[in-house]
Amino acid sequence: MNFSTAEIWFIIAALGAGTFLIRFSFLGLIGDRPMPPIVLRLLRFTPVAVLPGMVAPLVVWPAATGGQPDLVRLLAAGATLAIGFWTRSALWGIGGGVATLYAGLAATAWL
Amino acid sequence: MTTSTAKVPAKSAYLAGVRDGLPFVIMLIPFATLFGVVATDAGLTLAQAMGFSVLVIAGASQFAALQMMVENAALPFVMLAALAVNLRMAMYSASLVPYLGAAPLWQRALVSYLNFDQTYITSVTRYEARPEMSVADRVAYFLGVATPITPLWVIMTLVGILAGAAIPDAWALDFIMPIMFLAMVAPMIKSVAHVAAAAASIIVALAFISLPSGTGLLMAAAAAMVTGAVVEIWTEGWRK
Repeated sequence: MNFSTAEIWFIIAALGAGTFLIRFSFLGLIGDRPMPPIVLRLLRFTPVAVLPGMVAPLVVWPAATGGQPDLVRLLAAGATLAIGFWTRSALWGIGGGVATLYAGLAATAWL
Repeated sequence: MTTSTAKVPAKSAYLAGVRDGLPFVIMLIPFATLFGVVATDAGLTLAQAMGFSVLVIAGASQFAALQMMVENAALPFVMLAALAVNLRMAMYSASLVPYLGAAPLWQRALVSYLNFDQTYITSVTRYEARPEMSVADRVAYFLGVATPITPLWVIMTLVGILAGAAIPDAWALDFIMPIMFLAMVAPMIKSVAHVAAAAASIIVALAFISLPSGTGLLMAAAAAMVTGAVVEIWTEGWRK
């Protein structure tokens, strides 16, 4: 990369400050004031609205395979979702997903 | 979750938080290690890579910044991409206001510094399940969840830097993050509205993938929140 040491440190410091300001925005500045019900209703969906969109491109076009859809990774993602949904546990979902991923990769290497 | 934090001191809420934060340790080890490995590989010094993990503590945006830096993007675009990925935390911040808005400023600042996906989702789930929690208990619980996660995030970044290229590609560390996020989302799918929101998020994010990093995600999140709220209002209407 072509960045100077000073530029890299600027990026780190500015990102740290900017990220803190984003996190502090509502909690720090708005404080205890009541929020309109529609805003609360919208905000309840935040995690379910953000995380699937963040993950979807990584699942469909993984960087490790040069952006080509990969059966093993699709299966691992599906297993994670299904197990996490039925067990209601993030930990079981991760265990199942990682096991599927490694089993699939091992099978691919062996075939 | 057999004990109630309703009428017990904040210490118990803190310990409950520590317990609920512990499982994330398993997921964060590969993720933080991977950041250390990738940052070193990209040419950052040990201090710079550690600076990222201590000052930013936001995995996805750290990776986004690194990716843009490797591509030699102009400095404003590096910032924009990484901060756009973090904009979801403004929504997290807003959704914590009803629960923590009455806490002292320094506590809100501390919670803000530690407000990332795992601490936020774990804490909000607890707050929703236990409306009787006091504000002090809620803060204690949040800090409890962050306690096993945050130091490990920093330590494992260091391990990743030192381990460097010794980790073989066969470990497929790249896919640990998607699995981690999917596993967090799956148990939160509790209604048709949640399914609709998640589907909208996926469709919009994939459709706008060619937009600059983070932009498509913001549009996906906005569309998904509206979809979820609308479907929730519809389904409430059906039950009447």
